[in-house]
Amino acid sequence: MAVTSKKRRPVISPVQWISLMVVVAFVIVPFYTTALGGFKEIGELRVNPFGLPASWDTVRFAEILGGPRYFSSLGNSLLIAGGTVVLSTLVASMTAFALAHIKFFGSRFILGYLMLGLLFPAATGILPLFIKMRDLGMLDSHWGIIIVQVAFSVSFSVLLFHNFFKELPKELIDAARMDNCGYIRIYWYITLPLCLPIIATVGVFNFVGSWNSFLLPLIVLNSEAKYTWPLGIMQFQGQYGSDWPRILAFLTLSILPAIAFFLLAQRYVISGLTGGAVKG
Amino acid sequence: MTSVATGTDLGERATLHRRRYTDRKSIIALLLFLPPSLILFTAFVVLPMIDAATFSFFDWNGYGPITDFVGFENYADVITHRNFGTAVRNSLIVVAVSLLIQLPLAMWCAIALAERGAHINLIRVLFFLPYMLAEVAAGLIWKFVYDGNYGLLPAIGGAIGVDMPFVLGDKLWVIPAIMLVITWKYFGFHMMIFIAGLQSIPNEVIEAARLDGVKKWQIVRHIKIPMIRSAIVISVFFAITGALQLFDLIIPLSNGGPSHSSHTIVTFLYQFGILRMKLGFGGAVSVLLFIACVIVALAYRRILFKVEQN
Repeated sequence: MAVTSKKRRPVISPVQWISLMVVVAFVIVPFYTTALGGFKEIGELRVNPFGLPASWDTVRFAEILGGPRYFSSLGNSLLIAGGTVVLSTLVASMTAFALAHIKFFGSRFILGYLMLGLLFPAATGILPLFIKMRDLGMLDSHWGIIIVQVAFSVSFSVLLFHNFFKELPKELIDAARMDNCGYIRIYWYITLPLCLPIIATVGVFNFVGSWNSFLLPLIVLNSEAKYTWPLGIMQFQGQYGSDWPRILAFLTLSILPAIAFFLLAQRYVISGLTGGAVKG
Repeated sequence: MTSVATGTDLGERATLHRRRYTDRKSIIALLLFLPPSLILFTAFVVLPMIDAATFSFFDWNGYGPITDFVGFENYADVITHRNFGTAVRNSLIVVAVSLLIQLPLAMWCAIALAERGAHINLIRVLFFLPYMLAEVAAGLIWKFVYDGNYGLLPAIGGAIGVDMPFVLGDKLWVIPAIMLVITWKYFGFHMMIFIAGLQSIPNEVIEAARLDGVKKWQIVRHIKIPMIRSAIVISVFFAITGALQLFDLIIPLSNGGPSHSSHTIVTFLYQFGILRMKLGFGGAVSVLLFIACVIVALAYRRILFKVEQN
């Protein structure tokens, strides 16, 4: 093995490296200019697109951080994403547990029914959903968004949990049942602690999905004070038009937490993605 | 899925009393565990879809009782709408670009980056970063890059002496410009799926081929790509359904403009159905989109079949 692994080293040829660097530049340049653009004067953007700013002018950042919108929109997003993650983890893991561990007539049908959600885009039902939420008094409320996002996430989350639960050693569950342990206790004391990695993966996915979601909050929320950050940034852009340094500063400040979160959570994101792909 | 005798069943059969007890417990557990997701999913995902289909046969503005049955009139309105053809065409272009440019780029990167190593991990994470970014943020970043007055593109053009157009305001350029953003945003996602597939190929297979003197390109073509077929199938499925749902990215970039030339099916639905509260019209668009997605899914029965098997 040692010999073969040595042999496998020089796999990336110089030509490949150079073309990879082109792709790296393609990916990185928009981030780079965004991060620096917030410090530059508007005229400077055009004259000096790639260089460092002439003066590291932090006034826009300070203004945004001191303003009312930034923290409230991030707070709203945090609340909604947090609520969505907690609820969807609970709801989906319970259902997946029942489908994976309790034998009953129709379990296969229920799983198939829930998987229908993977078939069509949630956007197709958005207009009737709006009517329904209006009639139920769920408009302009964070709870309304959380509940609907949990519903949207059911298919994917149940799928991931179900795949994982199926692979837990059956003996464990059987042994607990022999000891007269009820399913609810098995779920809570045995299965959940064993499935922390998949909880993390599902949680990260739902968090990111909720944090980034745009169409649903756009349709549901009216009052600015309740805006999530994607709505906040769109509104900010609408208000400041082409004042790019200001918009880029806002973008940078909004993307930084997301990037930090991603770097912390990437292990779970990637394992979820690749786990699902390999199994699929 | 039928309950064939297992070890547990034998244990349960030991006493009738205990079996009943367990069954009662199962029922209580099922009553607790299943309804939350079933109710939510039915109420907020399935029923709205059915409502959309119902509304599509009525002329209704969302208030009062639904009375005016109009048959297929809404569908006729959608299909003959002067911007619907553009929206469908654009969505199909997104599908084509995803399949013909994005996935090959992702595959190429995956093959180059499937080996382990510190630099390689860094590049992988970097390529994946745009996928994690909100569509709105990605759209605004690129709106700046493309901005005709202050953006990066005219600056680069100025540096090399070419006068760049306002790409997002130009009917000819807006679509290619959006396609570039889509590639930037999503190729890393597909790359990760391919990398996972490539890493599941046993080393021995590649080594054996290499010892037999098979060329690198031939290994890729005849061994690696065929062996990660299931990853490719998944990627293609995500690419197509994702393309049909494209919305968030278009709004900040071009908002469907200039003069409605860059609408996708969903931005069309938003612009002409949701914003104007035309429920019948919007419903008809939804049903057409749903049918398109089902056709894709049926073509991909393999995936669905596997999902059910799991």
